Order: sequence, then C-alpha cells, then structure tokens
Amino acid sequence: MVRNDADAPALRLELRGISKIYPGVVANDHVDLRVAAGEIHAVIGENGAGKSTLMKIIYGVTPPSDGEIIWEGHPIEVDSPAEARALGIGMVFQHFSLFETLTVTENVALALPEARDMPALAARIAEVSQRYGLPVDPRAHVHALSVGERQRVEIIRCLLQNPRLLIMDEPTSVLTPQAAQKLFETLRQLAAEGCSILYISHKLDEIRELCHHATVMRGGRVSGVCIPREESNHTLAAMMIGRDLPVGDHPPVEQIGEVRLRLDGLSLAADDPFGTDLRDIHLDIRGGEIVGIAGVSGNGQRELQQALSGETPIDDKSPVQILGVEAGRLNAAARRRLGMACVPEDRLGCGAVPAMSLSENAVLTGADTLGLVRKGFVSKRRATEFADQCIASYDVKCSGPEAAAKSLSGGNLQKYIVGREILQEPKLLVVAQPTWGVDVGAAAFLRQAIIDLRNRGSAILVISEELDELFELCDRIAVMAEGRISPARPATEFSMEEIGVWMAGLWPGADTSAARAASEKAAA
Amino acid sequence: MEQDLFSAILFATVVAGTPLIIVALGELVTERAGVLNLGAEGMMAIGAIVAFAVAHHAGNPWIGAAAGMMAGMAMSWLFAFLSLTLMANQVASGLALAIFGVGLAAFVGKPYEAVSLPAVPPLALPGLSSLPLVGHGLFQQQPIVYLSWLLFAAITYFLYRSRAGLVLRAVGESPASAHAIGYPVIRIRYLATLFGGALAGLGGAFLSVFHTPLWVDGMIAGRGWIALALVVFATWRPWRVMIGAYLFGGVMVSQLFLQGSGIQVNVPQQFLSALPYLATVVVLVLISRNALSIRLNFPASLGQPFRPDT
Repeated sequence: MVRNDADAPALRLELRGISKIYPGVVANDHVDLRVAAGEIHAVIGENGAGKSTLMKIIYGVTPPSDGEIIWEGHPIEVDSPAEARALGIGMVFQHFSLFETLTVTENVALALPEARDMPALAARIAEVSQRYGLPVDPRAHVHALSVGERQRVEIIRCLLQNPRLLIMDEPTSVLTPQAAQKLFETLRQLAAEGCSILYISHKLDEIRELCHHATVMRGGRVSGVCIPREESNHTLAAMMIGRDLPVGDHPPVEQIGEVRLRLDGLSLAADDPFGTDLRDIHLDIRGGEIVGIAGVSGNGQRELQQALSGETPIDDKSPVQILGVEAGRLNAAARRRLGMACVPEDRLGCGAVPAMSLSENAVLTGADTLGLVRKGFVSKRRATEFADQCIASYDVKCSGPEAAAKSLSGGNLQKYIVGREILQEPKLLVVAQPTWGVDVGAAAFLRQAIIDLRNRGSAILVISEELDELFELCDRIAVMAEGRISPARPATEFSMEEIGVWMAGLWPGADTSAARAASEKAAA
Repeated sequence: MEQDLFSAILFATVVAGTPLIIVALGELVTERAGVLNLGAEGMMAIGAIVAFAVAHHAGNPWIGAAAGMMAGMAMSWLFAFLSLTLMANQVASGLALAIFGVGLAAFVGKPYEAVSLPAVPPLALPGLSSLPLVGHGLFQQQPIVYLSWLLFAAITYFLYRSRAGLVLRAVGESPASAHAIGYPVIRIRYLATLFGGALAGLGGAFLSVFHTPLWVDGMIAGRGWIALALVVFATWRPWRVMIGAYLFGGVMVSQLFLQGSGIQVNVPQQFLSALPYLATVVVLVLISRNALSIRLNFPASLGQPFRPDT
C-alpha cells in the first residue's frame, strides 16, 4: 500500500495487525488503528471487545503476541510504561493509578523521574492547571479529593510529561455532565495544540460530540472505522454489538402502592476514614415505583447501600423502616426475611462468593425465602433447581449450576445475581450499579427485568452513576451530594443540565458546602 | 544516690531499647514497601551467632557485626526469593524463616557456647558524656547505640524527604499503580527486604557481640517478635518506633531494678514481668487510635503478593 503523505496528515500512531492471545482467549485479533497528529480518535466497543487490552499494549503494560506498532513513522517496541512515557505516550486510567496517602505534588513527582525540586514542581502543576482549566491544589492529599479532582490530577500528571498521544480510558464515567463538558474543552484545546488523543468510551453521545474518528471493536476485532458525527447512536451501537439495540418497554406507573421503604432522618458516620458520612437522609419509596439515586461516585451512595442492606449496623431503629417495620437495628438476614433483597455494586465479593458454585451462592440469599435450607440442612436438590431456574430464565452463559461464580464473565454473573434476587419476588429491591461493566445487550435485559418487577408491584431503589440508565429506568430520581440527599422528583421533570447542577450539591434548599459557597457568593 | 539509680536505669533502658530500634526500623522499611517479613526473630538469631563466631575468629567485633549483617541479609534474601519471586505466602514464609533461623543458629552455635569475647569498651562522647544526670546514661554507650540514632535520622529523612523514599512508600501503598507508572516493584521490594534483613542481623550482632559478649542458645528471647509488634503499634512511623522501644526497655529495666531492690511490692512477680509488654501495647494503642492517621501510614498492600501483568 502506498500512502500519499502530502495529503494525509502525519500519522502519530499506527497499529498493524496487532494480536494478543491469552491462554484460551484471543483478546485482540489483527487490530489495525491509525491516529493522526492532533486527532481525537475514539475506540468504542462493548466490555470484553478488547479495547483495554489494546491500550495496555500501546502503553507498554503488556506485550502484543503479534503485529507492529509504528510511532511517528518508526516501528517501535514498547516494553514498559516508562518507555511509553519517554516516547511521549501518556495514559489516564479508568481506575486511577494515584496513591491516596500522598499529596498531589508527590503523586505527580512519582511519574516525573527528573523532578527533584518539590516547590518548583508544585508551581508547574499550578501553571498547567491554570492553563488547561483543571483546578487542583498541589498540596492536597489525594484521599481528600473528589473523584473528578483525582482525574484532573491524573491528567495534569500526563500533561507535565508533554505527551504527543494521550490515552483516556472511560474518562467521563465519574463526572457530572458539566464537568464532562469542561473536560471536552480541555481535550479540544490539547488536540488543537497537536496532541493526539485516544478516547475509550461506550457513551455514544460523547463520542459523536467530541471525536474526529472512531474505531469500533467487537469480539477483539475491528468491526468498523467511521466518522462519528456522520453516524447516529443507533448505527454506532449496531456496529458495536452486531445487531440492533433492544428497545425497553417502560409503561408509566399505573398504581402506586403503600410505602415500602422509608428513610426518616438517617445519619451515619462512615467507618472508613476515607468514606462519606450520611447526613439526614429522607426518602420514601412506594410499591410499584422505581426511585433512582444519582450522584458522582463517592458522595455517600455506597454507604447508603450498605446502611440499607444491613451490612453497616445502625444504633437507632427508627431511621430505616422496611415494609412498616422499624428495621434500623436488624441485620441483613433479618431484613431479607421482611421481604427486602439487595444487589450490591461489588458482585464478586459482596454479591457472590467467588470460589463457590452458583447453586451454593443461591443458598446464601435464598435459604429462608425459598426454603433451600430445612432444619439446618441444605437441600442440594432444591438449590440446584433454583440455580437452574436463574440460569435458564436470565440466559446466564455458564457451564451449569456447579460452575464457580468467579468463572463467569462480569455480565453473566450480574445477570445471575439479579436473577437470583428477582426470582425471590422481593417486596423491596435495592440495586446498586445494576449494569456496571455489563455489555449493552445484557444491560437492556437487566433493566427490563427490573421494570417488570416493578410492574408486579415491588418497590425498587436503583443507585447508579449512569444518568442515561436512571432516566431510562426510574419513575422518580433523587440526587446525592456530600452524603446528603435531594428531594426525589419525577424523572420526566428533570433535564440533563438540571440534574448535573444538583449533582454538584446545588438543589433548592440544599445544605451542602457547594450550596453554602454559592449563597455566600450571591450575598457578596 | 538517687541520681546514680536514675542514671543506671537510663543507661540500661537505652541498652535494652537499642536492638529493638535497629530491628524494628529495618522491618519498618520492609513493610513500607508492602512486604511482611515475620522472620525477624530468625534473622536476629542467625545475625547473632554469625557475628559472634566471626568476631571470635577474626578478633574484631566490627568485622563480626558486618558479618552478622551479611548473614541477616542472606536470610532475608531467602525469604524474598520465596515470597517475591516464587510468590509464596508471605506470612507462612516469614514464620518458617523465624523457626528455621532460631534452629539453625542453635545448631551452628553449639561449639561457641563456652567461648566468650572481650567486652567492647563504650565510647564516651566528649563533652556530652559529662552532662549531669543524663551524660552517663545516654552518652557513654556502645558505638552501636549512637549508630541506632543515626539510623533513625537517616531512615526518617529517607522515607519523608527523599525521592527514593517516596517511591518506596508508593510501592507499599499500591504496587499496581507504581508498576503502571513504570517502577520496578519487585526489585524495590527485594531491596527493602534485604535492608530489613541487614538491620535484623545487626540487631542480633549487638546482642551477642556488644551487649553480652557471649553466645547462648535462645538469647534473642522473643525480641524479634517484639520488634515486629512495635512496627505495627507504632503505625509504621519511625519516631513512634523509637518511643515504643525505649518505653519497652524502660519498663523492663525498671521492673528488674524493682525486683532486685528487695523492696516489698504486693504484686505477683509474673505481673511485673508482663508489665513491659502491657505498658508498651497500652501506650502505643492510645497514641495510634486515630483511624485517619493509621490509614495514611499503613502500607495498603502489606503482605499481598504482586505479579506484574504479562
């Protein structure tokens, strides 16, 4: 192939036929990718499509099994992240690679081998944060920063290395819509200065707004290259999953039932010094409705979920009322016996015991409600039958009820856990991050299962960081910020902009530090 | 008279605390890198006997001390190879190392049980040693005592002021992140473990060559375990290790003086013997109750194996 170099902009990075074979899995199968200088290039695909592996190869974390990497016209081999950085490749990780007990400056210094003079470095951090609109205090300890601020630290750390290619892995999953817009401005500014950006995401709206080109991956292969502005979400999704997106069926609330969950002034100091204290939470959920809790992660959602499930003990019985019973002091098992079920966000660890089989995991929550344990003995037959039922009705791909929980992929295990809870017909279901790390098809299936349960009269609380998901699922939405909760409002009355403002802690009458700062500003 | 008693107790306290400080500081550096080496007792025993034997044959206590450090390092290398290269469980490997070291030292030390070394004269620091009250207790000590103070200063500077110390703490907190930004996690953990082994060997050498210049089987007498506990109760901070070690030494020495003084006290002697352990634990627990400060100083990856992605 002969390229006309005069016409095409200079290629910053080119991958030719990159393959990565793990024992038993082909993660990347002859992947080609071309990124020009100053281009924002999206890599999209479902979970397990091979995006992360491909980025790890480019960043030198793992070597490719086959293929060629061409960097600014020269074939290279990247053996370590340090080498990648020396070449001018920076990466902002989805799960941050920051050190919580160190300060911002120390974190940045760790990535800059030549930085010795801490005060000078702090000044450089301040300068870069000013220039790219990424405000952050260089002296702050990382554990005290919000998730959005941590991301800024990661970005600043990359920028100080003067990268010519910046890899961003799912950067907006932790941001409010407004913060995401600010991030886009920063990225556009960087691209205009000639830095190339590889943007990994599954949020199609963002990609259409931000990216010049997109490479779509499916099952480890490239399934298409396109200009996202010229595509619709529908056509992009079709390229991603290879078929049309299933359309959800969400009839409006028909009959609202009695209050099934009442939170009446729930306050709880966090165990973990890096956790968030819950402050004066009020919320009612009735049978036949789905209430969502939105918010940037780390604003008390995890603590709320644990207080509801009974994992965190509460000293007072009245703030949590489940089906009319003051349940504050009850443990998780007692709350389940009242008819509540819980799907925690951490499916391998809280939701299931990794090394145990699916049928044994079924016994863990179904022991009482389904009579899987009689007179202290486990009924193996009933447990297996129930596991079979979950597997069949939720289309869980596994080798059978005896498969270990950890052998399932994230999406299949989530289907199994949600199935296990919903098949017990709970009167109240609390579910956190129902579709986290689940591919688009399975996510649509799970959402429909939750909506169907609502239609059968259950009360459902959904805690999620995905706003799209909350708008699709919920009848009412409340927002958490700084451990406080906003009033719940019908989802149809919310706009994306408004919910973003609320997520920053600025709902009417809010008692958050952001609200106080805003009112002081207004007064001055 | 009372001044003499105070001076004697101070002197003995510093002597009793010194091996604990040396070993605990070494272990602190190891643990700050995320490696839990429970073998201090064994490394001390090997360090003690090797130092003793070499000092005896070479006729020089300092060559002996150097040999003791090398021996402690060799033991910790064995541990590092098992737990860092072969990914064996750190707790099990460390316990094995402790038992193995004590047993091997007893075996190797058999011929030396009747031997004694010439005492090493203390080094009086000019000027300071004639200070009233504290001069004799603090500044007419074995040179290794002064060395332990230098070690404390150097390790504190290293951990909190130097770049290498920053990297070490980073590795201990999150080896995956440190690897992702390009640090050789396993190599850093090896170095930290070897450093800890060298100091454990030096602590053993202090006991057998400088403190009581003779070798007796079982002479380490649990000091390795106490050093390990000190590191935890000191919440991985050097100055608290110093406080804890001297506190332990002080209470230990005071109750010995009390028992030896013939003063009648209405408490069982066993309680007095347990007092140093109780006092150290109570004081260190009281000063380390702050959950945030524990979280900020605890090496989050302690004891967890790290295997870089391939």
